[in-house]
Amino acid sequence: MTTVELLWNGLAAFLTLCIFSFLYKDNPFYKFAEQLVAGVALGYWTMLLYHTTFTDKVLFPIFQQGKLHYILPTIMGIMMWTRFSKKLAYLSRIAIAFYIGVGTGVGLPLYMYNYVFRQLQATVVPLNVSWLGFNSLLMVVFIICTLIYFFFSKEHTGAFGGFSRVGIYTLMVGFGASFGLTVMGRVALLVQRIIFLREYFIALFGS
Amino acid sequence: MRRQIPLYIVLVSGIVFVIQFFIPSHESEFIFEYGQDWVMVIGILALPLGIWSYLRKTCLTAVKKPKERFFAGVSLFGFAIMMLTGLRRESLMAGSLYMDLFNYILVPIQATIFSLLAFYIASAAYRAFRARSVIATLLLGTAFIVMLRLIPLGPISDANQALVAWILSVPNMAAKRGLLIGIGLGAIATCIKIILGIERTYMGRD
Amino acid sequence: MNFYEKMLNIDRRWIYLVLAIAVILPAVVSFYVPVNVTPEVRRVYDFIEDLEPGDKIYVGIDYDPASLAELHPMAYAILDQCFRKNLRPVVATLSQFGAGMAEQALADVASKYNKASGIDYCYLGYKPYPAITIMLMGVDFRVPFPQDYYGTPLDSLPLMRYVHNFSDLSGVIDLTSGNTADFWIIYGYGRYFMPLALGVTGVMAADYYPYLQSGQIFGLISGIKGAAEYEALTGYKGEGLKSIPYQTASHVIILAFIIISNIGYFASRRREK
Repeated sequence: MTTVELLWNGLAAFLTLCIFSFLYKDNPFYKFAEQLVAGVALGYWTMLLYHTTFTDKVLFPIFQQGKLHYILPTIMGIMMWTRFSKKLAYLSRIAIAFYIGVGTGVGLPLYMYNYVFRQLQATVVPLNVSWLGFNSLLMVVFIICTLIYFFFSKEHTGAFGGFSRVGIYTLMVGFGASFGLTVMGRVALLVQRIIFLREYFIALFGS
Repeated sequence: MRRQIPLYIVLVSGIVFVIQFFIPSHESEFIFEYGQDWVMVIGILALPLGIWSYLRKTCLTAVKKPKERFFAGVSLFGFAIMMLTGLRRESLMAGSLYMDLFNYILVPIQATIFSLLAFYIASAAYRAFRARSVIATLLLGTAFIVMLRLIPLGPISDANQALVAWILSVPNMAAKRGLLIGIGLGAIATCIKIILGIERTYMGRD
Repeated sequence: MNFYEKMLNIDRRWIYLVLAIAVILPAVVSFYVPVNVTPEVRRVYDFIEDLEPGDKIYVGIDYDPASLAELHPMAYAILDQCFRKNLRPVVATLSQFGAGMAEQALADVASKYNKASGIDYCYLGYKPYPAITIMLMGVDFRVPFPQDYYGTPLDSLPLMRYVHNFSDLSGVIDLTSGNTADFWIIYGYGRYFMPLALGVTGVMAADYYPYLQSGQIFGLISGIKGAAEYEALTGYKGEGLKSIPYQTASHVIILAFIIISNIGYFASRRREK
């Protein structure tokens, strides 16, 4: 690492250790790093938004490409700012209504297709006498039992209660698998910071 | 009237875009493209609201709470320095001061904040992960088997990997699919309620 | 309080210390842990490997620094494979903090292969509202991205001359840590049916197996292990494989915690009876 890189990485290492200090107890170093990242994150996003989004989607189309029809959604977007005014707040509802209406209209058939149709289609698979066929049968049974568990219009007693029990067991296996993978995921974040600190201190003292 | 017009807008635009999905024509695609584009522009102009809210809250904290003044000042300083260094579009490229501040302040702090979760999950595993009942044992056992796959156990490793693959692709998949179908039906019901004006929470209060 | 109750109520900071020592140990004592490649990761690798030089592929870098550890190694390995095979990746980010990391990854990997922006790859940059951006990219990339990240109009980039939407690309590989994965499946695949593969964090991975089984996604790279598997396949020496010994040590400790706490729990219960 060059001297400049050592200094920058030194800053990163210092801020990393500030955050880790929270594990012992809350302290001013942790608070400093926490507040700094909030300001830096917002400042970063503001300028990124200006250069890549506001410029590309509002200024560039209207002033360089001559697409004057962008003026209407621009006005509607500015109407959103009236939310802070008690007198004019009703204007923001028009823009929000358009936004919500389009979003729900587009989403409705897509949710039906992706969350319901494709999932049901993939559940109804041919069964045969093989390991694959046995797994497919198990899959169908587990899915039906899981859906039965969430059906609260009928009391979970007798055979229905038995299926519901299989459903909750299936859910617990699913949550257990999620937990196992979550542990891997969370630890990976810690490992990356440890590797960073190791490489920094080797560069600092090793060279 | 002030509450009726938005409801009619939601009704008309919602129905138009549901029908649009089923009509493959140039006119239909035209409506879709312009509708989405306009929604994007409206959304882009709504984002400064969040920025304004945060700045207002931080400035008020700096003024009204002497104990928090220094930290509020740190936050505003960070915001100001990023605004100043990011004024030109060229600042977005790797190697600029703006990107160096991003890489050496924002990235390590955010990454480290989330890395604390590893400690919390270890603590939770020690304190709460107990085989109190059949259901808890099932959850615990499955998590145990999945976590074992990163530990080399010689001949047992192959069997463990195969078992984990089966757990993920059969019972886990079935459980998640059951949840997905439920979520999907709930989302569809919510969309219909919004379009028909039954659900109006997005409008806020008068 | 008996011994078992004391053991169960130990100050959590001792647990933190033991975990910290376990994670630091591989930094001092290095050891090798083999990584077995799962079919869902191999499918992503084979898909890219089967493409011809000059083919264009979309790579989405839709994560923020909180998921850097798991997804950045995937991004580097995939981009390295793309450039090694002379593919032409079209890269964009739908995460507000992903823009800088995507630019860094592209700068690092593209410079290794002397690839030029606009000719060998295109970095579209960042746009908010992932669902809307995905749907508009399916109409024409120029609608949400009239210019690339560097301010050059898309029409003047040689790479994008004949690329208008997803049908002009071989497929989409999206690396994401949030609900952008769901948006790609619902609004991307659900409307345009392009080949779609996901790279997700460990926390999310288990939730995407239904989509894998239904064919809505053709491949799934899960967490740091998935990243290590991908690096093992491509031969790219990255952070994924480097992290596995640390992961192993920490998993051993966490499993030990679970065993010890359950022994204490059952012993404590037996004492009470």
